[in-house]
Amino acid sequence: MDFIRNFPFIGIFLCMSSGVVNSVLPGKWAKKVSITAVTLNLVLSAAVLYYVITTNQSYVYVMGHHPAPWGNEIRFGILEGIFATFFCMIMLLSVLGGIQRLEEDISEKRSNLFYVMVNLVMAAILALVYTNDLFTGYVFVEIMTIGACGLIVVRGESRSLVASVKYMIMSLIGSGLILISLSLIYDLTGHLLMSNIQEEVAQLVESGRYIDPLATAIALLSVGIAIKSALFPFHLWLPDTYTYATSTSSAILSSLISKAYIFLLIKVFYRVIGIQVIFQNKILHLLFAFGIAGMIMGSVSAIRQNDLKRMIAYSSVAQIGYIYMGIGMGTTIGMLAAVFHIMSHSASKSMMFISASGLSSVSGRSCRFQKLRGAAHRNKLAGFAFLIGGFAMIGIPMTAGFISKVYFAQAAVQSPSNIKMIITIIALGISTILNAVYFMRAIIVIYRPTDSHEDVVKRKDILMSAVLICFVIFNFALGLHSDTVVDYMRAGLAMFS
Amino acid sequence: MAAHLLQNYYETVAVILFSIGFTTLLLHRNMIKKIIGLNIMDTAVYLFLASKGYIEGRMAPIVTGGVQEMEAYINPIPAGLVLTGIVVSVSVTAVMLALTIRLYRRYGSLDIDEITMKARKEES
Repeated sequence: MDFIRNFPFIGIFLCMSSGVVNSVLPGKWAKKVSITAVTLNLVLSAAVLYYVITTNQSYVYVMGHHPAPWGNEIRFGILEGIFATFFCMIMLLSVLGGIQRLEEDISEKRSNLFYVMVNLVMAAILALVYTNDLFTGYVFVEIMTIGACGLIVVRGESRSLVASVKYMIMSLIGSGLILISLSLIYDLTGHLLMSNIQEEVAQLVESGRYIDPLATAIALLSVGIAIKSALFPFHLWLPDTYTYATSTSSAILSSLISKAYIFLLIKVFYRVIGIQVIFQNKILHLLFAFGIAGMIMGSVSAIRQNDLKRMIAYSSVAQIGYIYMGIGMGTTIGMLAAVFHIMSHSASKSMMFISASGLSSVSGRSCRFQKLRGAAHRNKLAGFAFLIGGFAMIGIPMTAGFISKVYFAQAAVQSPSNIKMIITIIALGISTILNAVYFMRAIIVIYRPTDSHEDVVKRKDILMSAVLICFVIFNFALGLHSDTVVDYMRAGLAMFS
Repeated sequence: MAAHLLQNYYETVAVILFSIGFTTLLLHRNMIKKIIGLNIMDTAVYLFLASKGYIEGRMAPIVTGGVQEMEAYINPIPAGLVLTGIVVSVSVTAVMLALTIRLYRRYGSLDIDEITMKARKEES
């Protein structure tokens, strides 16, 4: 049993090394290696999750032979276990679901590069989830940035090239802010391990020294991560990126990469700064305001789009706004709602991107609404999955999206500040209506009856159908058994601090 | 206030350089200048770390002729962080330069606004 404590490290190492091996393999083999690595990781993280749940405590794994204040550490508790397992699963499903489209988009000769990026990103996500060292976190943030850029550009079209350059510029600005904030934190506390920093920060706050530099560091870090995860005023790179990348990449970008950054932010808030210090900090008001603005503005922009993928991309902006709103509420239950929404949103968003690719492949490979008319009749399963995804985004009962809205509303009611409560509830109402407007429009378009049967599926994509069925089942399971998941998340968050 | 800034002039210069690099990366239209901005920004952070890691009159913890007391040495970790940071920034710069070359071959321009306009025109 104790051997399971090695699994997080083995998982990260496995992904990294298979990424390196993939770079010299031909595409067909790279695919097999990569999928095997991700599947193995799913098994490993599930074992870790099982282990922490049965023993009900968190573990610190020392890397190398140097003990706490000097060495590098991995730490895993319930929350890390849940998210590592979940991210591995979404990664596996996204890659499998988009594989046929991928082979049409990317030439055989270069397809191994795609799998290199998949493995790098997977390793970076796992490392961000598990690490207990702030600077390791930064290094893997950069690895993820490069990996994400590769995922966008690998399609080789000129528009995806431009999109990836824009993504890279914004991401690098974010990394710069994160780096200087980490240097500030290191200079203030003299430590790099999260638990040591937290002790020092508590002492600093108690003695009242260096309050301004500490606040600056927190603000820089939050803004840096907000840029990287496309919070509202910094979201301009997002629509192009998600639209012109191949559908697997869009699914990975929206439901894994931006979510892993947010997970890192929550981790820093809890484990580095200390949650009591953060709740007193004014940066939360800023995140809250931007989150609310994102919820409304993202949906408003989504209504004006004429392209399905672009619409889903703008809807991501709105959903990221929800998560930041939850973080910005400054209460434990708000944080819990945000954490649950990370999961529910990535489950449904990756499903929507995969089903959008299924719909467009029976409509002349276009995502324009004119072309998509009646697409759900030509590819019934993709249409159904899109419908469920839309319901989850709007927040119809039985889906996970409904549960996260309930928790957001609950968090708002229990919020200590009346202004935040009123704003949250109004914004939730408005954004739900706006979500309904554009998703209903998309659903009506794809279900409109047509007489043209020329585009009926030529080549059955069995893998995608299987993946979509898995996604639909998973979404319903998350919606119907949310209590169990939320209980574990609550325990995980308590273990976090 | 001004006296503090002058006293800690390394940090002051680092922050000024950081903001120069930051604005160049964000606002400049030329891709190459953006990359230069990126490098200035990263270097500013290294200057900041290096200046924080050095204490006047102490030496690097390289032990020759017996270990002296702790006060004789500086903390080597900031230097290690700078090295790691340099590796990261070199690889990121390489990726950016590669992308820029491909953009230039495709659109014949380094101006990001012009490239965006051309790309949009081709689409419609």
